[in-house]
Formats: sequence, C-alpha cells, structure tokens
Amino acid sequence: MVTVTFTSHLQRHVSVPRHELAQAATLREALAQVFAAHPQARGYVLDDQGGLRTHVAVFIDGRRACDRSGLGDALQPDSQVHVLQALTGG
Amino acid sequence: MSERLWVGTRKGLIEFRRGAGGWAQRAAHFLGDPVSQVLHDPRDGALYAALNLGHFGCKLHRSDDGGANWQEVAAPAYPPKPEGDDDTAPWDLKLIWSLAPGGVGEPGLLWAGTLPGGLFRSADRGASWRLVESLWHEPLRRQWAGGGYDWPGIHSIVVDPRDPRRLLVGVSCGGCWRSEDDGASWALSAQGMRAAYMPPEQAYDQNSQDPHRVVQCAAAPDTLWAQHHNGIFLSRDGGRHWSEIERAGPSVFGFAVAVHPRDPDTAWFAPAVKDECRVPVDGRLVVTRTRDGGRSFESFSDGLPPAPGYDLVYRHALVVDGSGWRLALASTSGNLWISEDGGERWNGLSYHLPPVSALAFG
Repeated sequence: MVTVTFTSHLQRHVSVPRHELAQAATLREALAQVFAAHPQARGYVLDDQGGLRTHVAVFIDGRRACDRSGLGDALQPDSQVHVLQALTGG
Repeated sequence: MSERLWVGTRKGLIEFRRGAGGWAQRAAHFLGDPVSQVLHDPRDGALYAALNLGHFGCKLHRSDDGGANWQEVAAPAYPPKPEGDDDTAPWDLKLIWSLAPGGVGEPGLLWAGTLPGGLFRSADRGASWRLVESLWHEPLRRQWAGGGYDWPGIHSIVVDPRDPRRLLVGVSCGGCWRSEDDGASWALSAQGMRAAYMPPEQAYDQNSQDPHRVVQCAAAPDTLWAQHHNGIFLSRDGGRHWSEIERAGPSVFGFAVAVHPRDPDTAWFAPAVKDECRVPVDGRLVVTRTRDGGRSFESFSDGLPPAPGYDLVYRHALVVDGSGWRLALASTSGNLWISEDGGERWNGLSYHLPPVSALAFG
C-alpha cells in the first residue's frame, strides 16, 4: 500500500487527507489518484505545467523526489510519500 | 460615497467601514496570506481577493455576501507550453496583478492581468478562465521585460464603458496594448511615451515603455492617465497617442494615479524621488492633484506624516470612489489614509498595517 500524506500547512488552505493507494508505480501516478479525488488540491502542489511547485518538496521513503517536472520517481509497493513545503523560501 | 474600504496587504485583506463614529477597522480576511489584488464588482456586488501563497501558488476567492463568506474559485492557469518552444517566460501563473469587471451588459465577465504577462478572461465570475491567446502569442510579447518583478506583468485593464469590446491594458514593461474587438486582436498603443531608461534611439519604442498604472475617466473614456516609470502621460484619444506632462509637483516619478470619475482633467498622484530612490521627495509624503489636465499641480500634505518619511505608494494603493471626493491612500510602510475633500486633507486610519498592495472601495 502506497501512502501519501500532505503537510498540515496545506490543510489550512485546502482539505486533502492522507491517502492509501493500492497501486502506484510512480509519483505521477500516485498524485494523479489523489487529485482525481481532490481536484482543488492539484494547483497547490503542481504548477501550470504539471511540475512540482518551486517551494513544494516531496520525499519518497526518506529521499527527496528528483524529477520535479515529470514526477517520474519510482515508488515501491509500500512507499511512503510526504508532500511538504520546502524551506527554500516562498 | 462608498462606506467600505478593502485593504489588500501582505498579511491579509483588511476591511474598514465608515459608521457613525467615522472609519473603523473591521474584520481581517485571509489573515497571514499575501493579497495581491482586490476587486469590488459594482454589477453584482461580488468581491474578489487574489492571494499569492508563495509555496502553494496564486489563488482567487470570491464573496457574494459582502465578505462574510468566501469561496475559492479557479485561478487563471497557463496552457501547456509546446515542446521545444524557446519562450524565456515561464508559462506559469506568478501573480494576479489586476482584476477588472467587463461591461455593464456583460454580467459575470471578468478580466485578469497576470505575471508573467498573460491576460485572462472569465465568462462565469471566475469559475473558469482562459488565456487571451491573441495577446500571448503576439510576437512582441516575448520582448516584454520585467519591471519591479522578474517577469513582465499586466497591472492595468481598462474597459471602455461605452463599448466593452474596446480594451486597453498596461504592461510593465511592454507599453500599452489596445483591442477594439473584445480581445480578438491587439495593437501597441503607447505612441508618445518616452522611456528615459532606454538607449536614446529606443526611447520612443512603444513596446519598451513602462507605464506603472493606467486609468480611464469613466465619464470621458477617451481620457486616460498614465503614471509611467519616468513621467506622467495623458491621452485624449483612448490611448492612441500620449503626451508627456513634464512638471508635476515635487516629482514626476511614482507608481499610482487615480482619475476623477466625471472630470477628465482631474487626477491624483503620489510622487517619489526617482526609480533608484523610492522614498518621498525630501522625506515628505504628498499627494499631487491637477484639475486642468496637467497644466498645473497642487501638492497636499495636510494629515500626511512629517519628514523624514519613507512611505511608497504602490500602483493600486491610491483610489477614488464614485463621488470623486473620497480617496484612499496606503503605503508599503503600512500606513492608510482617507480624504473626504478631493485629496486636500488626509485622515490616518491606521499606522501599523502590513505593506499595502491594493485598495478598493465598495
């Protein structure tokens, strides 16, 4: 089960609960499933071109996601994904 | 006169109301969030607040009950950038810098000007937006430059009340652009503007002009005033031609301009020293007013702070209401004043607000 959790800072603006996904091979697939259920959250995490917002950071099993534009980072069947706000500014 | 004032600040949208005891601060909406623009739509009373959340992007909210409740509506979004396109501008919303209602006979129609330079149109009160591609794909758009921000932006949207298909937008830095056909086609409309910051041979290049703010007289829509980066310009023919006002009180540099709703010869400005020193001249904040189409200016400081002061008034932080007598003025130092007599005397409403980006009566 892939789990996706979102920073509490985001909850202040838009409700997006923790998700448990039966299957998601990439970060792109995981986020697509979450945003299908919570479409308003998409624009808070992704920019207009579908990449991660500059000041959003995603960690997959403790590693920062690398493919910020294509969201192609691979997930394991039991990956834990955390969507956080980066501390680079914003 | 308008009895309510909306103050868009770096830390929320703050409401002021005028009651029996005078003006008083009321609720703060979106507390902690930067508000880049606020619009009161006189056609249906709706309020719009544009937020710039930093980490989480730019958002738009609407209230249909005078600010008691807000709902998030769609924010303008840029379309996918074609593969291999060498456009140096990001196709990504960076700021909602201007909002304007369509014509009286166009209920629900809104315009939004943004960074990095896209104009957007909504036909459903912000529920959805589409990029005005005719302007975005204009080849000269790619030569627009940032002015104050890293990317160019549309800060002024003028809709002709006689015919709302006639539009004019002001761009920092990309001059003024005019459409006669509801945005289907566009033409540069900055003839006569002069850019002192350009090489001499390019000083009159229309696409290089940096109008900081452009406003239109509601009762005489052929008259437009522009506070430009290095001067004040006036058009009497709907923006086709501009003439420079060379003397205007302590300085011709500033960001804001407001025009009287019925008298096209009356306009107000909030001058600063110059572009590389953005403070009041001699440390003394004043509001200047012309009542003769720019031939002469009066300078008012009654109620404004004594020197040394550091207040700077941004583009959308000097506004006049429909009466032409009541004005509001706010600064990046967090000070807010109101005038009930056409700008001659000012009354401080607050001296400890966050930096103010935009004001709106209504």
